[in-house]
Amino acid sequence: MTANAPSDPDQAVVVAGVGMTPVGEHWDVSLRQLALRAIERAQQDAGGLQPQALYVGNMYAPALSSQTHLGALIADYIGQRGIEAASFEAAGASGGVAFRQGYLALLSGEVDCVLVVGVEKVTDRTGPLVDAAIAMSVDADFEAVQGLTPAAQAALLMRRYLLESGAPADALAPFPLQAHQHAVTNPYAIYRRAISWTDYRQAAPVSPPVGQLDAAPMADGAAALVLTRRALLPRIDARPPVAVTGSAVATAPVALHDQPDPLAMPAGSLSFQRALAQAGATPDDLDLFELHDLFSIQAALSLEAAGLSPRGQAWKLAGEGVFGREGRLPILTFGGSKARGDAGGATGAYQLVELTLQLQGRAGENQVPGARVGAAQCIGGAGATVATHVLSRMEA
Amino acid sequence: MEVSRHWRLRQQRYSLVGEVCPHCQVKIFPPRDVCPDCGQEARTAYAFSGRGEVYSFTTVYTPPAGYEETAPYTVALVRLAEGPLVTAQLTDLGDQAVEIGMPVEMVTRRLRSDGERGMLVYGYKFRPLLAA
Repeated sequence: MTANAPSDPDQAVVVAGVGMTPVGEHWDVSLRQLALRAIERAQQDAGGLQPQALYVGNMYAPALSSQTHLGALIADYIGQRGIEAASFEAAGASGGVAFRQGYLALLSGEVDCVLVVGVEKVTDRTGPLVDAAIAMSVDADFEAVQGLTPAAQAALLMRRYLLESGAPADALAPFPLQAHQHAVTNPYAIYRRAISWTDYRQAAPVSPPVGQLDAAPMADGAAALVLTRRALLPRIDARPPVAVTGSAVATAPVALHDQPDPLAMPAGSLSFQRALAQAGATPDDLDLFELHDLFSIQAALSLEAAGLSPRGQAWKLAGEGVFGREGRLPILTFGGSKARGDAGGATGAYQLVELTLQLQGRAGENQVPGARVGAAQCIGGAGATVATHVLSRMEA
Repeated sequence: MEVSRHWRLRQQRYSLVGEVCPHCQVKIFPPRDVCPDCGQEARTAYAFSGRGEVYSFTTVYTPPAGYEETAPYTVALVRLAEGPLVTAQLTDLGDQAVEIGMPVEMVTRRLRSDGERGMLVYGYKFRPLLAA
């Protein structure tokens, strides 16, 4: 359960290189081409390390691209015939789960270099078929059969949250407002524009109380990371190595109605606590937290499950600017799912790429000054799978 | 078509048959054969009363394939009188506004349809509790 990071710093699992495509509507690019673009950039960034395994995070390819078997498909397409490859699916947590497989493979000593890619191609279909594909991540027999969608699931949580915390109808607005503000300077974001309180209040309903500005846009994208051990890291420049110091995946019931306390998101608590314990870190040690705001209610529940806010209070702290780029604990520093865009099972990989850039001081205008330790957390469904990773900057 | 998949669940869909744990007496719906509370085997059938109250609710405006006919529709989490939460559509609302805490009861209705030649799936929905 708690695979401890090696004590010898030379054996630490490190991120050797990262790459991504913009999140958007890539009409002229296929699933495999998206993966290739992100992987090429990550391999170039890693100074040409040769991967021995490829782990893919993806959730929609079977439903929206009529394609399974992504491991072999992508390994072949990127010119790596023969290497070990497989795809991992855990709904919106797929990217984080795939990354963890890479981490575990390196810890085991079985391989020396792993390629992790999160990839999603969602714009090849439109309309009710897409909504049906999205709804495949809820319980088919007892939720989807009732016409429940993930947006409706989020709405059930949000209405209950607003009631229990005594919050006003626009209480969660600071999360999308902040996400959009941060995305303005992110060239990889789908929405590079700020939104206002008025925009939020006037947004069309998706599934009330979830409005259009509570829901992240689903789009195409790929993000890739090359992982290795510190001792094998090529000396490229003065940039500091970033180590994976905590890695944990936890689960809870898929159906919201099977969760004894639907607002508690226990898998969020478990995976966050396990990952921080492995890193020997406390919440105060975190310089930033890339969380998964597929819906704005998820941002609040994630912070509260992690113990970074008292229950029912995250919206207040957000309103006070605690989670802004200049705040005590910056979140969504490149715009999060709401404004960078949500590429389904690739989300976890995007977060880890962004976190790596922050810890290496390569985040440009989005830089959190002096960031040394950060966490990234991606969520599948209504908290049924939660993957949390802690990355830490090492001495160069 | 998934005929057997829906047929298998007929007792749940038409009459809310779940389970009661013989070890800790907790009532279970949907049935799962392993008690979520005490972790022991729980296979004793138990028919729920169908009474409950709204725990949370929302409206679906952009329905998935198979649900276009009835959209927009209201989906709720209903807290059954015996304890468990269940996800279900609300129906027969008329002009009545839905509120958290509203008493509801189970009825059987059409859940989805897959075109002219496809299957019709029936199952539970909940309506406002009729005055006794």
